[in-house]
Amino acid sequence: MARRSLPEVNAGSMADIAFLLLIFFLVTTTMDIDTGIIRRLPPPIQGDVPPMEINERNVFVVLVNKDNQVAIKGSLVDVEMIRGQVKEFFTNPTGNPKLSEQIPVQKRLDEELSKEEPDMTKVETFKAIIEQIGPDVTITKGIVSLQNDRVTKYKVYLLVQNEIVGAINELRDELAKQVWDKPFDNLPEHQQELIRTIYPFAISEAEPRSLKKN
Amino acid sequence: MATFTKKSKGGAPGISTASLPDIVFMLLFFFMVSTTMKEVEYKVRIKLPEASESKKIENKSLVSYIYVGPPSKNWEGKYGTKPVIQLNDQIANLESIQRYIEEERAKRSESDVPKMTYSLKIDEETDMGIVTDIKQELRNIQALKINYSARKTPAK
Repeated sequence: MARRSLPEVNAGSMADIAFLLLIFFLVTTTMDIDTGIIRRLPPPIQGDVPPMEINERNVFVVLVNKDNQVAIKGSLVDVEMIRGQVKEFFTNPTGNPKLSEQIPVQKRLDEELSKEEPDMTKVETFKAIIEQIGPDVTITKGIVSLQNDRVTKYKVYLLVQNEIVGAINELRDELAKQVWDKPFDNLPEHQQELIRTIYPFAISEAEPRSLKKN
Repeated sequence: MATFTKKSKGGAPGISTASLPDIVFMLLFFFMVSTTMKEVEYKVRIKLPEASESKKIENKSLVSYIYVGPPSKNWEGKYGTKPVIQLNDQIANLESIQRYIEEERAKRSESDVPKMTYSLKIDEETDMGIVTDIKQELRNIQALKINYSARKTPAK
């Protein structure tokens, strides 16, 4: 058998090629991951829709004025106070007639069923809430209305937005821990949906008086 | 037929660099997976605000960006110092947002369009007036899922 000496490919330049690629990726890429507050805008108003009738006690007005001061229901407050007040407004533990109305889930279910065309997904969700969380769970009718001036700084606006979102997130987390002993983010999708129904992101922005709740 | 002849020289052998490409490739792969392409060249200066509730955006391929901020130094002469809107690589006006959104939607498959998120990267010192106008434009074209881009700060 003839021993053939295999030709040896010079791999010395391989490093150069790899370095070239490496440097290319180093300069063209950025490490940043986009983070932020995800919100849903209300759909555009079509034609003349009359403004929805909302009981005054169910609207929590947060106003940011042109001097970047924050006011809740007409009185100036610190940004840090928003979170606690929003939570109190949504849960209304003492049944204060000035804070949001609490509707028991059973009543919401009956209301939905008495409609001519009941929304079956809603019916299913309400039934699941009664079954899995309990019949005395209440769903709030409250809406936070965030109003701002055209010269309000975006930074302050977002800070307020952050506090309101934070309040709702905390409420969801508290309920999730109470019922399933897990934080909200670790729950399976169908359980998250139930909690989302109990504490929706009821924040209304821009022309709040002429808009329906989103 | 070409023949290769093996060089046979005496003397001390050099240090083998055969494993160097492996190391470099490893680094290369690390950077390839852990980084993302720079989306656009910024023509506006953006310092994002901070928010403790900010969450990571899922599915980056379904995100379109709208940038708002004062023009960067090179562009101040042309666009002034007031905050402006940047779409793709261009400074744009409010009216072109609708066209931009339509172009962005056309790039995705139809089933993905409702899942799209529109990320607003806005400088923290911007006035809300321009932001409100953009939000109205987005509403008019049914681009309802938006993201206020913010840096994550640990919760208090």
